[in-house]
Amino acid sequence: MTSIKTPSTERPTPPDSTPTAALHSGTNDLRALVLNNLRQSGIYVALVVIVALFAVLTDGVLLSPGNITNIVLQYSYILVLAIGMVILIIGGHIDLSVGSVVALTGAVSAVLVIQQGHPWWIGVVAALVVGVAVGAWHGFWVAYAGIPAFIVTLAGMLLFRGLTLRVLDNISLSPFPSEYQQVAAGFLNGLLGGEGFDAFTLLIGAIAVAGYAVSGFRTRVARIRYQQPVESFPLFVARVVLVGAVLMYFAWQLAHARGLPIVLIILAVLVLVYGLLTRRTVFGRQVYAIGGNLSAAALSGVKVRTVNFWMFVNMGFLAAVAGVIYSSRSNGAQPAAGNMFELDAIAAAFIGGAAVTGGVGTVVGAMVGGLIMAVMSNGMQLMGIDQSTQSVVKGLVLLVAVAFDVYNKRRAGTSR
Amino acid sequence: MDDTILEMRRITKTFPGVTALEDVTLAVRRGEIHAICGENGAGKSTLMKVLSGVYPSGSYDGEILFDGKPMQFRGIRDSEANGIVIIHQELALVPYLSIAENIFLGNERRGRSGLIDWNFANAEAAKLLASVGLHENPVTPVIQLGVGKQQLVEIAKALSKKVRLLILDEPTAALNDIDSAHLLDLLRALKEQGITCIMISHKLNEITAIADSTTVIRDGRAVETLDMTADDVNQQRIIRGMVGRDLDSFYPDRESSPGDEVLRIEDWTVRHPVQDRMVVEGVGLSVRAGEVVGIAGLMGAGRTELAMSVFGRSYGRDIRGRLFVHGREVQARTVAEAIDNGIAYVTEDRKRYGLNLIDDVRRNVSAAALDRLSRLGWVNGNEEIKVAETSRKEMNIRTPSVMAVVGKLSGGNQQKVVLSKWLFTDPDVLILDEPTRGIDVGAKYEIYTIINRLVAAGKAVIVISSELPELLGMCDRIYTLAAGRITGEMPVAEATQESLMELMTKDKELVG
Repeated sequence: MTSIKTPSTERPTPPDSTPTAALHSGTNDLRALVLNNLRQSGIYVALVVIVALFAVLTDGVLLSPGNITNIVLQYSYILVLAIGMVILIIGGHIDLSVGSVVALTGAVSAVLVIQQGHPWWIGVVAALVVGVAVGAWHGFWVAYAGIPAFIVTLAGMLLFRGLTLRVLDNISLSPFPSEYQQVAAGFLNGLLGGEGFDAFTLLIGAIAVAGYAVSGFRTRVARIRYQQPVESFPLFVARVVLVGAVLMYFAWQLAHARGLPIVLIILAVLVLVYGLLTRRTVFGRQVYAIGGNLSAAALSGVKVRTVNFWMFVNMGFLAAVAGVIYSSRSNGAQPAAGNMFELDAIAAAFIGGAAVTGGVGTVVGAMVGGLIMAVMSNGMQLMGIDQSTQSVVKGLVLLVAVAFDVYNKRRAGTSR
Repeated sequence: MDDTILEMRRITKTFPGVTALEDVTLAVRRGEIHAICGENGAGKSTLMKVLSGVYPSGSYDGEILFDGKPMQFRGIRDSEANGIVIIHQELALVPYLSIAENIFLGNERRGRSGLIDWNFANAEAAKLLASVGLHENPVTPVIQLGVGKQQLVEIAKALSKKVRLLILDEPTAALNDIDSAHLLDLLRALKEQGITCIMISHKLNEITAIADSTTVIRDGRAVETLDMTADDVNQQRIIRGMVGRDLDSFYPDRESSPGDEVLRIEDWTVRHPVQDRMVVEGVGLSVRAGEVVGIAGLMGAGRTELAMSVFGRSYGRDIRGRLFVHGREVQARTVAEAIDNGIAYVTEDRKRYGLNLIDDVRRNVSAAALDRLSRLGWVNGNEEIKVAETSRKEMNIRTPSVMAVVGKLSGGNQQKVVLSKWLFTDPDVLILDEPTRGIDVGAKYEIYTIINRLVAAGKAVIVISSELPELLGMCDRIYTLAAGRITGEMPVAEATQESLMELMTKDKELVG
């Protein structure tokens, strides 16, 4: 029997690359880069293609300053819902009730502010409290009673629609005071002046671009320091320039319409916060772990019930935010508000690359998925295409997107 | 040769990275009970899956002759059409359907109207049940039957398909002694009716009692076929065939110097999560720092169940017993508490229970100890990469990058990722459940050296394994487990494969 006590000398370890070498040795292979991120990059490409398509079909109206502003105002609440929805879907759940919760939270707010004359912010706070309570209700049944989310939230959909009718006494309430309306219809405008455009909006755009570049560069430096593969420097610059150009174009167009919508600021903050929450926090990691392999997560010490519970509380909170935005935008509360919103939010998450089986998805992806739906709806409306065709097209896009995801997964299938 | 009903010639079946069967030839005589035995992972089940068409023709090399005619099964339906029926170890009955519905599932008899004639089906089922000696109403839902009776329903189902060659994979593994005896009687009766039977079994006493011949499979090869009527063939003879591999330099050397006791369990008892039986009964064992302790036991002996119940009560109910870490009694009611107490458990099935296959190496490595990488809930991603890189180097995980998806790595490298994950929790005692299952020889050696390194660093290690040579090569001390009880404990110097196998196959009554 041979005695081998120092196994580390047995096999050659991979050659250590020095940090300086890595600085210049990033991959230049654009094709590999695209293929590696097919799931993610696919939807960016799809968004660009769809935007280009409808820009041509509508003779450029799609990208006009006024219409871009419109898209933001019209679809912001769906995007807010999609943030919470994609987190649930990553965790292997779903929420069918968000449309009803949007209605209920808006209704509570309207009753307090419009009917009873409380200040606007009381309405906002009350809506958020109701949303969180609804989320806790769902979370309890899913996490602690072990009822599948599909059933719990299907029940919630009926339950909270019913409560909405009860709260509103089956009538619509309107209008909200002007402060409340600002949430969805207000603009930050003219703070820094500008001739025919809003300089403040451009400044915020520039800050966003700078932030993107700086954080991208810091990530890159850190990755190199930890000897991780990075894209080559020219490619990195190209990416930053491209994204920066898109952002600045967007800001430029907004600046030439009515300035920076307040709702866009809310949305941007949420995307930033939840983007970090999902990628950088223990909670976010545990959501992915639970969705990816529930048993493995549980056997790794993840407190599965607690995480599931808070996922639903969070969804309730975001549904309330959407409820406030929607009631503000529609300037009142209606019994049928928010109908089918859940389906748009779910579609956004799946088009954005979330996996039906859980464990995969990103907040940014869901936003892009939501924008694809938004641009398609808006474009088709501009073209005067009737509702029935719009519905057919949206349905097909959802199906193709998920089929693509399933195909991708099968192709990449695990060994054995 | 005309009394040969089945011949499998030179069957070779490979999976990516593993050769499961190599050049296996098997001949079964008409009307006999032919036992197949071998260690877990030797390739018995794979062979039967090839035979029954689960692995379709073309996915393996070699040929199958049934009744002298070459067969190319593309699926289970093909083999069943020829009268070859396999009953898997995990019974494939639908719990909420009735006995009759299960018997005719996928094989429904339709009347002239095109609808299922349930009166006829229930009457037929009743006849079939009578022929297997099961006195139950055919409309009874299967879930109301015990495992033994469910097994009989499976056999009735096979009979309904006009079975000529019945394959049973570990038919008695989950049965108690009375049910087992019934089943063996039934197999003898079926033999009288001319039904040939292949039985995979670990229970050597059953094999010697019932089989006409026995083929021993080892490391994917058919080692020998024994004529059970010959005088010199007994359990000892079969054991020699099963384990007849020599210990060579396959296991890295290690100096053994156990220190203080790290983990001890006393009187550990676990009830099955749904069935009303004990899976682990009165088990006591201990492991010391710098010591490797083995748990030898056959499938169904309760090895994994024991380990998982200790690890934060992840298995079973009514868990009773005392758990000591460093001599102090602790409660580990959840996995998190177990981890906090310095216990790590590397699961048997890494794909199902060990890894998030769709995530990358880095996040899998950190998954069980994210709190060590985070402050106020924020994960330090750069440190995480550093940890993963360290693991990659120390464990020699062959992956293009720590950002690579774990599902695409080979079995051996996946196992190293799981080990990395648990080492990052900085445990005092590691329970390794089948740490080298399904990985190739080179990677096995690496896993062994990693285990040795851990032990040298003062960790306590418990290895659960079906491979006796592995236990003999790696451990300082070995416990044997049979039917949920410890049937023996010995220092490795006193253990042989034969003596272990004897204790592992010990029947319940024989245990004190």
